[in-house]
Amino acid sequence: MTEVFSDTFALAGRQMRHIRRMPEQLLGITVMPVAFVLVFGYLFGSAMQVPGQGGYKEYIMAGIFAQVMLANLTTTAVGVVEDLNNGLVDRFRALPISRSSVLLGRTVADLVLVSWTSAVMALVGYLIGWRAHNGVLQTLAGFGLLLLMGFVMSWVGALVGLSLRSPEAVSALAGVVMMPLAFLSNAFVPPQGLPGWMRVIVEWNPVSAVVSAARDLFGNERGESSGAFPSEHPVLAAVLVLAALLAVVIPLAGRAYQRAAAKR
Amino acid sequence: METAISAEGLRKRYGDHQALNGIDLEVPAGSILGVLGPNGAGKTTTVRILTTLLTPDEGRATVAGFDLATQQKQIRANVGLTGQYAAVDERLTGRENLQLIGTLLRLGRRGARARADELLEKFDLTAAAGRMAKTYSGGMRRRLDLAASLVAAPPVLFLDEPTTGLDLTSRLALWGMIKEQVHNGVTVLLTTQYLEEADQLADSIVVIDKGLVIADGTPDELKRKVGGERLEVTVATDADLAAATRVLAELSSGEPTVDQETRTVSVPMGGGVSTIAAAALGLERLGIEPQDFAVRRSSLDDVFLALTGQPGAAPATEPTPAGDPAQPKEMQAA
Repeated sequence: MTEVFSDTFALAGRQMRHIRRMPEQLLGITVMPVAFVLVFGYLFGSAMQVPGQGGYKEYIMAGIFAQVMLANLTTTAVGVVEDLNNGLVDRFRALPISRSSVLLGRTVADLVLVSWTSAVMALVGYLIGWRAHNGVLQTLAGFGLLLLMGFVMSWVGALVGLSLRSPEAVSALAGVVMMPLAFLSNAFVPPQGLPGWMRVIVEWNPVSAVVSAARDLFGNERGESSGAFPSEHPVLAAVLVLAALLAVVIPLAGRAYQRAAAKR
Repeated sequence: METAISAEGLRKRYGDHQALNGIDLEVPAGSILGVLGPNGAGKTTTVRILTTLLTPDEGRATVAGFDLATQQKQIRANVGLTGQYAAVDERLTGRENLQLIGTLLRLGRRGARARADELLEKFDLTAAAGRMAKTYSGGMRRRLDLAASLVAAPPVLFLDEPTTGLDLTSRLALWGMIKEQVHNGVTVLLTTQYLEEADQLADSIVVIDKGLVIADGTPDELKRKVGGERLEVTVATDADLAAATRVLAELSSGEPTVDQETRTVSVPMGGGVSTIAAAALGLERLGIEPQDFAVRRSSLDDVFLALTGQPGAAPATEPTPAGDPAQPKEMQAA
């Protein structure tokens, strides 16, 4: 067990070194989310009607956080494909190290990076007027839940990357899957005004559950509940769906790793 | 002699493609085995199986004294692998690449650093140690890759086409480094498409094609098997070529082999010096001044061609029939 830990640590450290070598990379991954915060907060915010006193700036933050967590899928998938195609996975697999540590190292490193991104976003959000109202513990719980989502998406990304093995295929699929997941949720638009059928989709979209849960924990208004289970108990629903996903996707990714590395 | 690698009846199938059809190998400790074969012959699959990256469908093997089926982790601790492409992390420096491997091998922080510096020195990379690997030339990357596979100082080393795509200088440098490993007692299994490479490095050779070992022996044995020495004449004009072909055909029991493009004709040598004298006389009588007149031992290219029906090095898109005058790269008098 300590083996897994130290190997994972070493392999995650490898990605941290990438950042140290090229600090501009850090800028790269942070610029887009911050731009989102500004564009949504100022541009769209002026035209949006949302529930509660906080206005669109308060409403949107949890949504943008969730979108960034969703995008963690692509980050991990692309990294895994890269390692697979340049032979590094072979190199690691030929070493006497714990086999789970290669994927763990990558997902943990990507979690660290997305945490950094979130911190910068939170700061920018704060500067433009976003506030969390429920105290330190609940706020941290909100970030914890969002980061759990990021970690889960990272493992989904590992599975996707190992199955597709091509960076082009990964970005194509990521676009097709992530767009509807993000936009057919309550991340950017309050579901209260949507047509009935679409509202059902939005309510049961797991992304909505995480966003609602984060809004509740941050104390940001999200309008009245529709009565659907994820809307009534968003924190419970979010934890359940994320835990279930993780339990399914980790073994699948592990198997895909064994298989993908055995190809060629 | 102690055996470092032995394999028996290795088979592997991908879908409906039988990649390995029962490979047997035996590598004595401290020697180099060259595994020769065209693209898709099963060289890489064999290496991947013996380094535990792939599980064979059938067959048994021991590597460095450990059983492939039950002692994979021990095997991984005792073999080094250099794959077909230089598997280095481009965004780490040369030193960081080696340190990472050292850390994963539990050499400790200081141990990993010391081992990295030692290998950088040995592989002539000290000056570039602090640069990101993506700035390295092809030859430097290969050297770093080889160094990475040696961090654990493994007694058995697998090199899968280690010099593919390298220029001559880098290739020679890498050969020297491989020889040094063997000098220190390391056992090497080397796959290559370059016959010259196998000839230079290997103590013994197996030729594999379509997943089967089709020949084995020392380089000399293989060359002898395909037929001793050939007399080879290159002339200036097509008319001379026809005449020279007639002259040589009369001297030898074997069929002359003609290459129109280079205007070269060659025949198997039967009678030693007298054949050479007769050929020289015959050419002189017809007034042909050869541009090149040489006795050449069969190269591994000839062996390869005769055994697989394909020339080595540059893989042909279509199989060339055996005996076709594929031009060997080196044309020197022996």
